[in-house]
Amino acid sequence: MANFTWFYRLASPPTSYAAAGRLWLWFAVPAVLLIAVGLYGGLVSAPADYQQGDAFRIIYVHAPSAWLSLLGYSVLGVSAGIGLIWRMKLAHALAAAVAPIGASFTFLCLVTGSLWGRPMWGAYWAWDARLTSELILLFMYLGYLALRSSFDDVSRADRASAVLALVGLVNVPIIHFSVNWWNSLHQGSTVLRVGGPAMPASMLVPLLESFLGFTLLFAALSCVRLRAEILMRERRPTWLQDGLTVSASHE
Amino acid sequence: MTARQRRLAWVAAILSGVGLSALVAFKAFDQNLLYFVDPSQVVAGKAPQGKSFRIGGMVTKGSVVRLPGSLEVRFVITDFAHSVPIRYTGLLPDLFREGQGIIAHGRLQNGEFMADEVLAKHDEKYMPPEVAQSLKTAPQPSASLSTQPAQGQP
Repeated sequence: MANFTWFYRLASPPTSYAAAGRLWLWFAVPAVLLIAVGLYGGLVSAPADYQQGDAFRIIYVHAPSAWLSLLGYSVLGVSAGIGLIWRMKLAHALAAAVAPIGASFTFLCLVTGSLWGRPMWGAYWAWDARLTSELILLFMYLGYLALRSSFDDVSRADRASAVLALVGLVNVPIIHFSVNWWNSLHQGSTVLRVGGPAMPASMLVPLLESFLGFTLLFAALSCVRLRAEILMRERRPTWLQDGLTVSASHE
Repeated sequence: MTARQRRLAWVAAILSGVGLSALVAFKAFDQNLLYFVDPSQVVAGKAPQGKSFRIGGMVTKGSVVRLPGSLEVRFVITDFAHSVPIRYTGLLPDLFREGQGIIAHGRLQNGEFMADEVLAKHDEKYMPPEVAQSLKTAPQPSASLSTQPAQGQP
């Protein structure tokens, strides 16, 4: 059997609590800078689109939100699986921590897309494969959160909701490939595309900055929420009270 | 088999079970998941008869006729093999123009498609107006209707 010591050490609440506490600022600072630079580049510097005019600029929020809705669910599903197989409490805590973040980005993605769709397509909403599967993703997130909150016992909530999270994982590739598999109203992917991005550098660079910035923001928020989740779960153990009194006496 | 391996097997079973059932369901619903049919399918009689459906195609250049004093528009859409005339009364989306891919919802009446909704389909290409202007001098495939780039191009 391979050496999983590091894995088990990471799984210990004191280690991960401290690690997340050290990491989050390293994510948050570049996140804020990159989002500021990316949004300025996208909303101000980049040229207008030849067909959509200024309305295309919603891509600088919409596309990163869509990506994070999928990344969030992948993290949720994979950590739920790890939590089930290895009985790892920290993995369940991470799943519970990222779920509201992913749900928020899914909501943001649907709202921005809808606002763009009205002037461009002529409709706020259409039941095409991409839009419908993304809506189902939002319901999977909400279902996961609802199921969690219906248990008083944390470990039972962990296991039951993890199964639901695994079931929803099938939706992630469906959302991504829906525009290729079916005739849909939603256009195909601009950046991840055979033949390279269908966008000049003046538009693409701010978009990539925005992607990276929002992803780092997601990581920072996950760290903060994971800490809160660990605190909530480890109310009783003494390491926490020791750690808190120690750090309180230092300050 | 240890307890952990058994749980691993359960997780694998859930994932493959759900994946497989999704695959089977999509195979069964394939036709219903298509958001629109194209003019060739309509001409071949494959469109739903007597009920409303969506048709998608490129607006033929020079085919748009607006009736003065009303919101009625007539135009022809094509997939470069067959074309279907469309009649629509109402506001058109910003992206509606000749050579643009559109999707119309409505029903067939005597070979003419009576639309109650017209949506413009956008493609995945973005560029500044100056670039688009300079590209116009060279023959370019405009807004492709579907994500398969080869489809429908002459």
